Amino acid sequence: MAHGSGGKATSDLISSIFARHFDNPVLAKMEDAAVVPGAARLAMTTDSFVVTPLVFAGGDIGKLAVCGTVNDLAMSGAKPMYLTCGFILEEGVETEDLERIAASMSTAAKEAGVLIVAGDTKVIEGKGGLYINTSGVGFLPEGDFEVSASFLRTGDMILLSGTLGDHHATILSARMGIENTIQSDCAPLHGMVSALQDSKVHIRAMRDVTRGGLATVLHEFAVASNKCLRIEERLIPVKDQVKGLCGILGLDPLYMANEGKMVAAVAKEDAELALSCLRKSPYGEAAAIIGEVISGEEGTLLLLTEAGGVRMLTELYGEGLPRIC
Amino acid sequence: MIDYRNYLKEYDGPPIRIMEVCGTHTASIAHTGIVSLISSKIQLISGPGCPVCVTVTEYIDRLIDLSLTPDTVVVTFGDMIRVTGRSKSLQDVRSEGGQVRMVYSPMDTLALAKLEPAKTFVFAAIGFETTTAVYAALMDEMIREGLTNIRLLTSLKTMPRCIEWVCSMQGGIDGFLAPGHVSVITGSSLFEPLARDFHVPFAVAGFEAEQILMALFALVKMIEGKESRVMNLYPAAVTRDGNLTAKDMIHTYFESCDAAWRGMGVIAESGMVLRDIYGKYDAGSRNLYCDHSHHPMCRCDKVITGALKPKECPLFGKICTPQAPQGACMVSAEGSCCSYFVNRRND
Repeated sequence: MAHGSGGKATSDLISSIFARHFDNPVLAKMEDAAVVPGAARLAMTTDSFVVTPLVFAGGDIGKLAVCGTVNDLAMSGAKPMYLTCGFILEEGVETEDLERIAASMSTAAKEAGVLIVAGDTKVIEGKGGLYINTSGVGFLPEGDFEVSASFLRTGDMILLSGTLGDHHATILSARMGIENTIQSDCAPLHGMVSALQDSKVHIRAMRDVTRGGLATVLHEFAVASNKCLRIEERLIPVKDQVKGLCGILGLDPLYMANEGKMVAAVAKEDAELALSCLRKSPYGEAAAIIGEVISGEEGTLLLLTEAGGVRMLTELYGEGLPRIC
Repeated sequence: MIDYRNYLKEYDGPPIRIMEVCGTHTASIAHTGIVSLISSKIQLISGPGCPVCVTVTEYIDRLIDLSLTPDTVVVTFGDMIRVTGRSKSLQDVRSEGGQVRMVYSPMDTLALAKLEPAKTFVFAAIGFETTTAVYAALMDEMIREGLTNIRLLTSLKTMPRCIEWVCSMQGGIDGFLAPGHVSVITGSSLFEPLARDFHVPFAVAGFEAEQILMALFALVKMIEGKESRVMNLYPAAVTRDGNLTAKDMIHTYFESCDAAWRGMGVIAESGMVLRDIYGKYDAGSRNLYCDHSHHPMCRCDKVITGALKPKECPLFGKICTPQAPQGACMVSAEGSCCSYFVNRRND
């Protein structure tokens, strides 16, 4: 427990692992608060990460903690700038694991172009668990850029940035001891968003598709905008291995969690341009136009199934998968 | 060849009621939007094929008691945790110190039992013929490994008597979409006496949209032609005699018994229980017959037997939702009410 006492052991832990990996001029000052330049309009967000296992195919809790908060900022249209991170470590965490997680946070932060400017560490009793909170600040572009689920208009097109269910399937496979080559899609999405903004695409709404899955997000869009959304099952990309796992376990990709996917509603005339922006990103190669906003019963989300039937989709009911992010 | 999709869509004969017995079919029908592909004159009725939904409250209460017994851990599939017994669910008693673990497969119990040999692990063994085969495999493995700290609390059901019960009710069912998974074990011949005695056709079907549509088409044609045969439209997985190895294994460990079904009461010879010689592995499964509805207006009993559609229950979607289920049919993803609610089915 000495590592969390606030004394020598704490500062050793911080300097030997966190300060080394996160090194930047702001953090290096080691003051009580980071002082940084700002912008006229800021986006702020916070998220806590409790995923088990800590390390999984395609990522780990550290990468998740950076990407999760970066993506929340990006979905407001902001350029992610600063992160803070709070660690809660249970006794028994291996130093090597901590090293790996800190290194992967550092890599993810560099890719996302954010600085980790402040941090905190607490050690508690337990069995080797590790939890991370990250808070983030982003700068919004000049002008009146704004997106909202309530801005959808009839005729708008719905785009999805890639395959569904990869993260969910990875975590579930790890916990169940199922061997496959499915990897988490954990990735920063700010690049896709800035590409859309740079191309002047009229974006009505954007959301990263995390817990609750695509259906939950689009159902929110439908309710918030009081519109009818229709998506087509045959257009929604899902990897074959994930489909297979879903078949065996009775899961529905539309409700599975992702950590590197976004959905956007854009003006109809901009849909092809938006698609090419998404596909240029290394994380958007499988992007697709999956549906549109139609005139129909207000506040509803319809799925045209592969069988040609119509299924009404709602938000996720039940627990989903606990501790998936 | 007749376009079966078109035939089902354009059907304009006398109203037909087809029961899908299996919960996986109910879920699949919802997920594929099949109701929108067939005439409104063909009604699909969800039957008693969700094991969670047909389990009586006395069984749940027994699980709860076991979870609160020192050094005893109840091991269960996730769905069972949220089902309420006479007044509480396993989820409720967790906060009172009830020991409950959720697993994805009964076989996971082996690892738990090895890790903590001082504790007794009781598996909540519910299900039909398909799952019973897995419990037989679990018995086989634990005996082979010499594990003595696993018990089963069984509420195992078998299909034929329960379908017989449904057939004998008034206002009946014109045809049955027979359960695919159960048939893999039992074989399609299981339904032949029922088809003959009650003059009603059966179609054994897989779970893909086209397989279900083909089976519905076959049923409609048989109903129109007043035929009462069993058609196996899932030959890739189902044979006439079933999986003999699995049947042998089941009969090694289990014997037929009377069983209580929610909404139907006790039906003779409609369940399975561990044979007396394996009685030491049983956690007190016999004679758990009492059933008390959680809410006085709950109509799970009528929904399970197809007498009422989910939306005809006065609680449906009002005080009974997947977040606050009043009856078992709203708990499991394969329960009729849950499936109708989550998929906003209006039929």
